[in-house]
Amino acid sequence: MLEVILNGLGGLVAGFQALAMDWRSVVMLIVGGILLYLGIKKDCEPLLLVPIGFGCILVNVPLTDLMAKDGFLRVIYDAGVDTELFPLLIFIGIGAMTDFGPVLANPSTFLLGAAGQFGIFLTLLMALFFGFTKLEAVSIGIIGACDGPTAIYVTSKYAPHLLGAVSVAAYSYMALVPVIQPPIMRALTTKDERETIMKYSARPVSKTTKMLFPLVITILGGLIAPKGLPLLGSIMLGNLMRESGVVSRLTKASENEIANVVTLFLGLCIGATMSGAAFLRPQTLIILALGFMAICLDTACGILFAKGMRVLSGGKINPLIGAAGISAFPMAARVVQREGIKYNKKSYLIMHAMGANAGGQIGSVIAAAVMLSVLAGMGIIS
Amino acid sequence: MADEVLAPMPGKIIKILVKPGDDVLEEEEVLFLEAMKMDNPIFAPSSGKVKEILVREGDEVDVDRVLLIIE
Repeated sequence: MLEVILNGLGGLVAGFQALAMDWRSVVMLIVGGILLYLGIKKDCEPLLLVPIGFGCILVNVPLTDLMAKDGFLRVIYDAGVDTELFPLLIFIGIGAMTDFGPVLANPSTFLLGAAGQFGIFLTLLMALFFGFTKLEAVSIGIIGACDGPTAIYVTSKYAPHLLGAVSVAAYSYMALVPVIQPPIMRALTTKDERETIMKYSARPVSKTTKMLFPLVITILGGLIAPKGLPLLGSIMLGNLMRESGVVSRLTKASENEIANVVTLFLGLCIGATMSGAAFLRPQTLIILALGFMAICLDTACGILFAKGMRVLSGGKINPLIGAAGISAFPMAARVVQREGIKYNKKSYLIMHAMGANAGGQIGSVIAAAVMLSVLAGMGIIS
Repeated sequence: MADEVLAPMPGKIIKILVKPGDDVLEEEEVLFLEAMKMDNPIFAPSSGKVKEILVREGDEVDVDRVLLIIE
């Protein structure tokens, strides 16, 4: 009788024993705690870090099987991440939130949104150099898109075992854009360039243009890069709903309720991929380092490209706006505005930077789409 | 000599920090213009006295609208 009771009580301490035997779970519980701390106390992307941090804690409590077959987190993961459904639903919301007006009013800023994607390809090459497989390198390079859902979409499709590392890198560097970018912006520009005032002249963009834009991009983009159509199509669906103005209930649902629900589940699932065994490996550190390089390279390429545009325009362009050609929206544009006004109190770059930033938003999706279609053409992916 | 402070971009006046008759210094913040969901400080282009304020808090302004006059 006593033995039965002792065995029963033993069941209550089994978790502690398992935890004591597995240092990696202990470390990951601490990592989860740090993510929660950053989200709650430091207000650093709380909408993402709270579910990610908690997911990380859940999955690292031993003997729980939350990510085993039919486990709580596994069911959500299989339904939304494995199928790539969650990032696409988020993209509908992003399309519904984004005003592409500043790009359409000043189409040349779109080029900056393309220039800001070079980091993806440079990082891909570096990842190959470090011995990652081709598909892994694609997923790591995509951190340079500086766009969480794009990175998650591509990674869950081609290198799901890296999902935790890639998404943590993508989201944390996005949050760090205001810290990472300014030193690069200063290093690559002269005082004279930074002080350039860019006059904003509003070219009115008609409603028809704003509605045709998502349609044209969807069809044209889909023809050029069919593999990327799910991404491009979902962002443009959201945008068409926004600009049409006739389905405000759907637009609002996409940018609020749907995006919120999906963010919760997506965050939990990302946390759930951060089990000690999968996350605490040297390659995670390399991925974090490469991701950091990707964002720096994006910024540098954007600024250098803007410097080229400055020369061609006869000095009318302030090259700082090149830093906004990434997808971190609207952080990157705000960084440009804040930096610009530091050097010249009459300099308002926000409208131009928003153009580049919205361009970067589409640019990152197109870059991902193009990359997937090129890889498909090369027979690397099916 | 009067200096007109123009709106550098379209947006909404969210806060006016000076009154007519106030002395302002060059590069002092005179009002905040919200554009693209960001509060942008607008600075006085020169030192002087605020002669007239032509907008009110909450006004939507277009680019190049005269916001206030400093003399």
